[in-house]
This record gives sequence, C-alpha cells and structure tokens, in this order.
Amino acid sequence: MDIRTTGGPPTADEVAAVDGLLGTPDSLWEGGRRRPADDHFARGGRAVRSQRHLLLPLLHAIQDRTGWVSRGALEYACRRLSIPPAEAYGVVSFYARFALKPRGALTLRVCDDIVCKLAGADEICAAVDAERSPCLGLCDRAPAALVERSGSSYEERQIAPVTVAQAADTLRGGEWPDQTLSTPLSPTLSPGGRGGLLRRVAAYDPERLDGYRALGGFAALMRAREMGSEAVIREVTEARLLGRGGAAFPTGRKWESVAKATERPHYLVCNADESEPGTFKDRVLMEADPFAVVEGMAIAAFATGCEKGYIYIRAEYPLARARVENAVAQARGAGLLDIEIEVRRGAGAYICGEETALFNSIEGKRGEPRNKPPFPVEVGLFGKPTLVNNVETLFNVLNIVSEGGAAFASVGTKDSTGTRLFCVSGHVERPGLYEVAMGTPLRELLALAGAHDIQAVLLGGAAGSFLTPEQVDVPLSFEGTRAIGATLGSGAVIVFDETADMKQVLLRIARFFRDESCGQCVPCRVGTKRQEEILERMLVERNGDRSADVMLLSDIAQAMRDASICGLGQTAANAIASGLTQLKVLNG
Amino acid sequence: MFGAGGGTSSYREAEETNVIILWGSNARETHPIFFHHLLRGVRSGARLIAVDPRRTSSAEWADVWLGIDVGSDIALANAMAREIIHAGLHDKEFIARATTGYEDFARCVEAYTLERAEAETGVPAAAIKEVALDFARAERGMICWTLGITEHHNATDNVLALINLGLLTGKVGRYGCGLNPLRGQNNVQGGGDMGAIPARMPGFQDLEDPAIHDKFAKAWGGAKFPDRKGWHLSEMFQAMERGELRSAYIVGENPARSEADQTRAVRLLSGLEHLVVQDIFLTQTAELAHVVLPAAAGWAESEGTVTNSERRVQRVRRALEPPAGARDDIDIISDIAQRLGSDWGHPTAEEVWDECRSLSPMHAGMAYRRLDELGGIQWPCPDESHPGTQFLHARLWKDPVEGPRAPFFAVEHDPPVDRLSEEFPIRLTTGRRLDSFNTGVQTGEYTSPLRKREALLISPEDGARLGVEDGESVRVSSRRGSVEVSVRFEPTLRPGLAFMTLHFPDQVSTNVLTIDATDPKSGTAEFKASAIRIDKLAPVS
Repeated sequence: MDIRTTGGPPTADEVAAVDGLLGTPDSLWEGGRRRPADDHFARGGRAVRSQRHLLLPLLHAIQDRTGWVSRGALEYACRRLSIPPAEAYGVVSFYARFALKPRGALTLRVCDDIVCKLAGADEICAAVDAERSPCLGLCDRAPAALVERSGSSYEERQIAPVTVAQAADTLRGGEWPDQTLSTPLSPTLSPGGRGGLLRRVAAYDPERLDGYRALGGFAALMRAREMGSEAVIREVTEARLLGRGGAAFPTGRKWESVAKATERPHYLVCNADESEPGTFKDRVLMEADPFAVVEGMAIAAFATGCEKGYIYIRAEYPLARARVENAVAQARGAGLLDIEIEVRRGAGAYICGEETALFNSIEGKRGEPRNKPPFPVEVGLFGKPTLVNNVETLFNVLNIVSEGGAAFASVGTKDSTGTRLFCVSGHVERPGLYEVAMGTPLRELLALAGAHDIQAVLLGGAAGSFLTPEQVDVPLSFEGTRAIGATLGSGAVIVFDETADMKQVLLRIARFFRDESCGQCVPCRVGTKRQEEILERMLVERNGDRSADVMLLSDIAQAMRDASICGLGQTAANAIASGLTQLKVLNG
Repeated sequence: MFGAGGGTSSYREAEETNVIILWGSNARETHPIFFHHLLRGVRSGARLIAVDPRRTSSAEWADVWLGIDVGSDIALANAMAREIIHAGLHDKEFIARATTGYEDFARCVEAYTLERAEAETGVPAAAIKEVALDFARAERGMICWTLGITEHHNATDNVLALINLGLLTGKVGRYGCGLNPLRGQNNVQGGGDMGAIPARMPGFQDLEDPAIHDKFAKAWGGAKFPDRKGWHLSEMFQAMERGELRSAYIVGENPARSEADQTRAVRLLSGLEHLVVQDIFLTQTAELAHVVLPAAAGWAESEGTVTNSERRVQRVRRALEPPAGARDDIDIISDIAQRLGSDWGHPTAEEVWDECRSLSPMHAGMAYRRLDELGGIQWPCPDESHPGTQFLHARLWKDPVEGPRAPFFAVEHDPPVDRLSEEFPIRLTTGRRLDSFNTGVQTGEYTSPLRKREALLISPEDGARLGVEDGESVRVSSRRGSVEVSVRFEPTLRPGLAFMTLHFPDQVSTNVLTIDATDPKSGTAEFKASAIRIDKLAPVS
C-alpha cells in the first residue's frame, strides 16, 4: 500500500487531532510505537480498511486543530486507516474546505455569490483579506461571512449581515461574534395556517427536547409505529409527495423500493448538503426545528427498515450541525430512537448534494457522482439499499403521518400536493423563508416579500432559470413551472430589480459551475470552463457579431445536458441559456 | 505438483475464494498482475493472510500478518497442521480416499507444538492457531508462494510442507482451492514446460522414461541425445569447479550477477574454455563470453508463445523488427544446428510449436488458431476439441481416485545454513521491488520515480544501536565477502532483519554476501538467508 510520503512525522497536535477520533494506536502498524509483539504479528486488512469512511471526519479534526492538512498529518491519518496517501491526497484536494498549505488560525470566508454580490460582498472582499466563498446559505441576511478559528478549541461562526468594519475587526482578533446574535431567524411565513411546516419555528428553544415535545413532537413517530411500516408508506404514497431536494421524485415509490430491497443493511441518508445558491430553507429548519429533522428520519427509517441513518450537513452550517447533533443526542438519551443517526459534516463541495456523490463523500472518497443505474434504492451507501431524502421532504412526512395522506394531498394542485418552502432573497423588502400552497402564483409570493421594479427572477437557484416580469404569474407548482420551461428546483427565488447588473450575475453563475464541476466527466469539466470563457467574451469584450458564440454556447449546453453523468452538468447551462434569451444582457 | 509442474489454480479462482495465504511472496510488487486478481478476491470478501519475515506492501493488505523468522516456514506449516488435526478439522474422507502417507505425516507434525513453533518462528502461538483454523474451516482456500519459499537450502521441503496443508484440508483439485507457485516472469512456466529443465522433455515428460525417450528419438529421425537427466544450474557451477564442465552456452540468463556467492560465480565463468552468451543486451555475463550472439527480444520482436503461472499458453507477436544484427532465437539455433551438421531448415515459430504439440500431449490441442480464438488455453489440453483445464487434480475428488493418489511428505524444520552468530548477528534477506527485475538487465535502462540508489534496509532501531545515520555508508560483511553500501531506515523491518535487492549489481554486489547453500532437489540457492555484520566505516582522516 506504500503508506509513505515525504511529509515527515506528524506534529503532536496533529496526532492528538487524529487520536481524538480514533483513540491511540495499538501497534506500530497503526502508527504507534514499536512494541515487541509488532515484530512478528500484525492485524490489518479489512478491519482497518472498513474505517475508510472516517477519512473526512479525520481531515476535519486535523484542519480544525491546525488550520490545514499537512503531509505528515495526512500520512498519519492514512496509516491509521490503511489508505494509500496518494488516494487520500486526492480526497483532501477535492474539497474546498481543506487547506494543503499552512495558514493563520483565523479564516474569514465572505460569500460573493449571486445574492451577497447584490448586497455589496465585493466591497468587503476588496477591503479585507478574506477568502471568497460560494453561497453560504444566508441569503436572507446578505452579505454573509463564515469565520473559523483553528486550535484545540475550534470555533466557527456565521456572520450575517457582515460589514467591512466587522470583517476587519474579526480578522484582527477582535470580539468573537456571538453565536445566537449572529444568526437571527429570518422572517418566516406560513399562510397555510397552524399545520404548516414552519409552525414550530421560534416557538420553542431548539436546543431542548422538552420544548419540542410540548409542541407535540415525536407524536408522529409514535403514531407511525402504531400504524406499522406498510401503512406509513401507503399514506406517503397516497399523499403524492414529491421530493423537495430538487429532483421531485415520488417519495412513496422510493420508500417502497427501499422497504422491499432484500439486501441488508438498509441505510437512510438525510441530504442536508443544501448548497444551491439562493437556498436556505433546510438551514432554517435545522437551526430552528432540529428535533423535527430527527423525528422525520426516525419515521423514514422505521418505514423502510433502515438499520442506520446519516445526516450529511454542509460544512457551512455550523449552527445547524450543532443543533442537529444535540437533538440526536437528546432524542437518543430519552430512548426515542431505535436507529443510530450519525451527523456527517460536508467539506465544501456543491456536488455532494448529488446523492451518489454524497455517498462517496460519506465513504471517505472524492465526492464524484456514480453512474446510475444502479439506483440508490438498490445500490447506495456502502453498496447497500439506501433511502435518500431531503430535509424539507422529511418535514412533510411528519405532517402526512399526523394528518393522513389524503388530507395532505387536499392542499396544493393535483400533481403538486402540499405546501412548498421558498427562499426569497435579493431585491425584496422582506427576504426570508415563505411557505405557500403549491400552485400559488409567483406574483403573490413576490408581493408577500415586497418586490418592486422587477427586472428578473431567478427561480431554482443556479441550476434553475430566469423569469421576466411578464412571467411572474406562473403558478408555483412542478407542472406550472415546467410549462414555461422553468423549475421549482430547490425553492430559491432570487429577485433582481432594475439596478442589478445581470451580466455580472450570469458571469458569477458561470464561475460557480466551473468551480464546482467535480471534473470527473468531460462534458461538464470542459463544458463549464468553455461556457465561462465564451460568456466572458460575449459580455465583457465587445466585438460585434456574437451569433457564432451563441451557437457555440448552445452546442456546449446540449453536450452537457446529453452526456454529463449527473445533474450538475446537465443543468449547468440552464440559467445562462435562459438569461441570454430572457434578459437584455446582449444589447449593450 | 503430484506429477504436474505447475500451479493448480486459475487467476479467476483467486477472485472467488474465501482465504488466501500468501506465503513468502511480496506479490504486490513482484507479481502485480496476479495481485490484481488477488485483490478482487479480497474486495469480494476473501481473507488474506501474509506469511513473510517482512511486513511488505502485500502484507499491508492482509487481515493477518505472520512475521516469521527467515527459514522457519516448515515449523510454522507443521504446527498449523498439528492444530488442524487436533481440532479435527482435517478432511478425513479426502485423506483416506485420495492421499498416501498421512500416518507418517501426522506423526511428524505431532512434535510441532504451538510452543515450539512460536520459539522457532517468533510468531505468537495464538496467531498460528487462528490462521490454521481459519484456513481449515474455509470452504475455499488457496496457498500461493514465491521465492520466499524456494530460495532456501531446503526449498523442496518448504514446498512439500505447504502441499501437505493443502492435502490435509482437502484444498486442492476443487474450484477456488489450490497450491500455486507464482512465476517471476511471463514465461518461467513456459520455459520449464518446453523442457529447459534438467530432467524433463517438452510437456513435463520424464527424460529418463525409456518410452518417452524413444518417442522423441523416433520423431527426430533417430537422433542421439542423453537418456538421463542433466545438471541444474547450481550443479553446473559445481561441475565447473571440478573441471567437468568446460564450456557453456547461456541464453537469456545473467549468472555473473544472479548467482549467489558472486565472486565464485564470476571466477568459474571466467575459467571456462568456451563461453557463448545469447542475449538481447551485453550483460555482465556476456562480457565474460568468447562469443556473443545478439538476440531479438522475446516480446515485441519475436513470434511464439508464453505460459503464465496459471498454465495459460498465450501467443506473442512480432510488432517491431529487431535492431540490425540481432536475430530471432529460432534462427540462431537453427543456424548453429546447421554448422554442427544437422539441417533443421528455418522453421517458423508456428512450425516449431506444431512439432511440440505433436510430441507433448498436454499441449496437443493448442493450435495457434485456437490460442487466438480463446485468448490462450490452460494446459493440459489434449486435443483440439478440449477447452483447456481451469484447475488441476479434479481427479483426486473422483471416487475412486483417477490415477495415483497424492502423497503427504513428512518434512522437518531445518534452519538456514548460514547461522547467526556474535560475529554475524543480523539476518539479511533479499528480494525484489516493483519497478526492477532481478539483476536489472531488462529494467535498468528505464527510470522510475520509486527507484532510489540501492541501499541496505535496516530497522531504525538497529540503526540507532549501531550508531549509524539514515543514508550513512557502512561496511556489510558475511562469511563470504563484504561490500560497502549506504543504509536506509525501514520501519517495516524488525530489529535484527535487513533487506537488500540484487537489482543493481553495478552499485552493490549483493550476491557477494549471499550463500550458495543449495537445495539438492531444486538447485536453488539460499538467497533468502545470509548472516551479516554491519560496521561503521572508519572516519576519513
């Protein structure tokens, strides 16, 4: 396995970080000191390699402690897990969060994505020594930043909105931003009434199980256990719930497939790697109502026979992660869970929101999507049948179990049942999270949030499409948006008024996809790069006739749609194509 | 094995077995193709056990590594056998029906208690027992070995000890089970199969069997050739020493560097009355020759066949014209025959092969056309409707057994000839690395990012004890000679164990140190076990 690099030995800090997770090594062969017994005997092989999934947690531990991942630390981690260092290096370098060069203890990352850019992120980046980051999921309070302080007591904070003065002060080692102050809840609105998905937001202390139970928490799980797993799946199927992560797959059918899979064990994965620019719904749910996430996972696991559950939360959501971890621990402590739920921390990769890339990430690999089929319900995490659901989807399940599938389906439209969460941001008076019945016209939602002088609306995030002011009567349902060639996607609604520089928005989206393409398949790796270059040429340089470039872009878009392995490549041209046709960016 | 000179299993079976014991083999570096098959097995659930004094990169893949002391293989194998018998896990029915000599064998291994084995091998008794029972209990299991077993003065006994384990547990002659020596080159197997060994004619046919001798004599128009076996390599050198062997014709071999006790080997080769070397490079041996015959490379420049470790005969094809002056081996040999007064014409490789098929029953069905169509064929393949043989000795499972029963051979532990002493306290073992081959004739021309200057690898603990730094030059001496070499610290070596390769004879003449104690049956020298001393060099004044 050649577990050897030229990195030299790990420092005491690095060893402590790794051993903190794995315990001290038992033998020379696991990275410890030579004991007499090591001369003639070693245990290794599968027992050690089966720990591979701990690679990302180990890398996080190293980075949290020392601020970066040195070769010596990496080699030690590899020795402990029996991974070839070259392969582990491929993993480290895949994820944006991990630094391969030493840096200071303080790292400030400022979001310069679509919404924060509208809110002046570029000025902050120009004024302070900060790293630029794609969307931090704090668009309701843009501009946003994330600050980390490495060391034996690692800390990280979301700051939103962030100012130049605050960013500079934080970097100078000034007062550490307060966790609760820095994350006020954005306005949330559930016109659906008391039964809405957001009904518990700000209604209880999200760190206390008794608060959640006082609001009826865990009654749905008890009810599900009374009903039995088949009945739960029947209700979910009858509810005609479609997945809320973006792909809109019928949840009931997915559950049934996993429940029927004969291979064991079954895994449950809650996809909380919410990284679509402009999207923050799952963050709000996890921060404000984390026990419901846990309860939703418990019901899903019960119904589909999952032995173990993971929730994969993006690295940029430290508060959500802390609260879900706390909720899991409290629920387990109260004896409410009969499956183990493990919280996994992403590492800064948009692609890991793709379900099979997410599996690879949990398994300790580069987050590269797998070919489908086989589908996760048959061959998913660790090669076993796996149920993957988005956070919002599981929230809907709680209501379905409580009220019944038929009642759930009575809200919304025939093909899009229930309510939907929308993350409204950009040029609106009241950015925040809104719950409306499926089929509600976009115009109503925009009015709730206070939008004026609309130039364009980006619906569905970077993978979505631009709508013109003439299109805002579109009903917010799967079929309604599909009819005008748009998509609900992740529920992101970014509003641009007449002052917005749409060229810069398009260029930012192009840069986003070029950055986030995992590089595994050629259409996407090359296509996203070429798309950015051509767009730059068309929008920034002025050289007359651009019809050839328009055609080239359209060819590239087609190639990416047809031949990319996963949804990232398949949708990487959508927003840009719609922007070029819908917006007046080429007329100047 | 049991009258057939080849590994019993196919590579495919390594992918579908339950336990693989890799014994005296760093296959990951020395047999990388086979190791890929092995890894497929490991990935689909097979348990891997590595028996090796060094914790090699192969051993890092293993579930259990037994780091035996060099040359204690028989003690380990016999103790495993004893544990299996005591646990009642031996395959009694198979033993009774298909083997002979079990009683003697059982009596012999009874003396190998776990305590004795631990004392001889250094491996904890509990680990020996665990591995023995694991292997015995597995539905399918195979043992694979290479030079760690055979480069010893008692090489044949070592192999027999492993065969005994296979017989004891009924792990031979069934799919996914077997006993497999891995071959070090793409055509080591083929060389032996074609008769380039002292006692055999092509097709592993016994030269001393009058019927076989007559068959060949008749086919070759009454030609006269010896009817008793010749010398193997080590015996040839002994014959040189006695003055009985005075001329040699060496094809594709570099004994001036590959033989143990190199000083002696070079002296003897230099003293020959006539030495002819046929090779693709001007090797160190060729430099000693009276006549050098430049040959075309066996791959890329020649037509023919090779046979791999799973007995698969495959075609090789000419893709390049050899450089000017270099000629095909068949051409050279045919010309020499003509000069010696025998006109063989200039047959093509296929014509030579067809002649071989007409005389070697196990190759009879392997027409070039079929080798092409089937992607190679595993012998035996007796006729052109036969698909080849995936694994050998299925006959042992017929009731009654077809052909002779397979014999147990009771063998006793016999430690390396070159004893450790106060004067020579460190055990030197030799081996190969991934990116180099033997004396480097075929690999020395190429660069490799992994290749460093040859060094004596020792444990950091030994380095500290000797007061030498990593990279420092030292004098390494054995009872036969001494060389100057730099040391490199290698944490996977235990104190008292050192390692060197023989890839770079121009940098370090490793074989000046090695002992030519030779197994009388196989003719292999004990490259794996020399006793050495390491001395700091006197400071330069």
